Amino acid sequence: MTRIHDMGGRFGDGPVPREEDETKTFTADWHGRALALTVAAGALGKWNIDASRHMRECLPPADYASFGYYEKWLAGLANLLVEHGLASADEIAAGRSSGPASDALRARRLDAARVEPALRSGGPSARTSTEDPAFAIGARVRTSRIAANRAQNGGHTRLPAYAAGRVGTIVLCHGAHVFPDSNAHFSGEAPQHLYTVSFAAGDLWHHAESADDEVRLDLWESYLEPA
Amino acid sequence: MPHDHHDQSPHSLLPSEPALRVKALETILVEKGLIDPAALDAIIDLYERDIGPQIGAGLVARAWVDPHFRTALLTDADKVITELGHGGRQGEHVVVVENTPETHNLVVCTLCSCYPWPLLGIPPGWYKSDSYRARAVREPRAVLAEFGVALAAGTSVRVWDSTAEIRYLVLPMRPEGSAHMDEAALAGLVTRDSMIGTGLPLPVGADK
Repeated sequence: MTRIHDMGGRFGDGPVPREEDETKTFTADWHGRALALTVAAGALGKWNIDASRHMRECLPPADYASFGYYEKWLAGLANLLVEHGLASADEIAAGRSSGPASDALRARRLDAARVEPALRSGGPSARTSTEDPAFAIGARVRTSRIAANRAQNGGHTRLPAYAAGRVGTIVLCHGAHVFPDSNAHFSGEAPQHLYTVSFAAGDLWHHAESADDEVRLDLWESYLEPA
Repeated sequence: MPHDHHDQSPHSLLPSEPALRVKALETILVEKGLIDPAALDAIIDLYERDIGPQIGAGLVARAWVDPHFRTALLTDADKVITELGHGGRQGEHVVVVENTPETHNLVVCTLCSCYPWPLLGIPPGWYKSDSYRARAVREPRAVLAEFGVALAAGTSVRVWDSTAEIRYLVLPMRPEGSAHMDEAALAGLVTRDSMIGTGLPLPVGADK
């Protein structure tokens, strides 16, 4: 069983909701503030993007389902701050700090002047690897039967349940990338080769809209075996 | 009495009003010296003013008029994007996929909300909605119909579920009757949704 965020293929969601004015970057002022706060707190370097995603996935299903997008971000941030000792639960409850952070941590604060260079450089996930890729373009592969983190019970993984145990074809090889299943749990980047795998819609869904349609996913080597 | 919250997940201790939750977290982090409020303004400004779909539209329009650029973009987008200074957070690794009469591409992130920020800006609300995430992989044609996109018979749909750090940008087909238009005018036809795959470029004469 996967977590609440793994919703690809789920039934019952209804029409895709549209905004009246889709030209606005942020439909409420606090949305932009929530995004900026999350980005700036991430720049302190206490966690990585995989851990940050996993914290949102770990929200109780009732909260995940009822929260808006940026509410999930705020909840994830509050939980990260406490888990990593940047704030206490009492401070979160009070909405006030009970004392300054360490000098070492304050020295890592993202100042306004560093914002644009930091965001324009980003953080690539590609890594050099001495391992040869196990699969070449055109190879037939089967995904893991169970979409789950193998090392951590309930841990982070990027194999969606709808694509577990299915046979597809390698269409792109991306080289080695940081492995989220490890990195999200601070067990090291453990880079693995990453591939785009193409699945026929009919191999994923009993009632595919068209037999000629396909779904492509980016999957790490350890999710795959020869088929 | 401190330490009386340990049974509750910290997020549940925040105020019920979302705007007040942001305020609480910002206040704590600013007081601790961990957040520069001016940096938050700078992040918001960057995505409201400078980084948005106009960047992707410029790439698409140039690919329509310059075959060498089109080939380079489809072959090694990262090289092209880096040379043009359009790299950055959530666009570190980009693959550009081309619509043809045979194949229509559609991009989604079923597990979260992965999206090419440096080329399209911050994703719209619908892209991050449960409904889009749940349905785009299983019934892309129904989703396309909701967005007013009707595909020609014989066009198959190729959905890209962005499960890793590769970000996908759709290169839509150049609209019919646009042969007389220059690159700048063509860019005006390229909508954000046409670069996600939930839309098509505007028809000639209907520029934004």
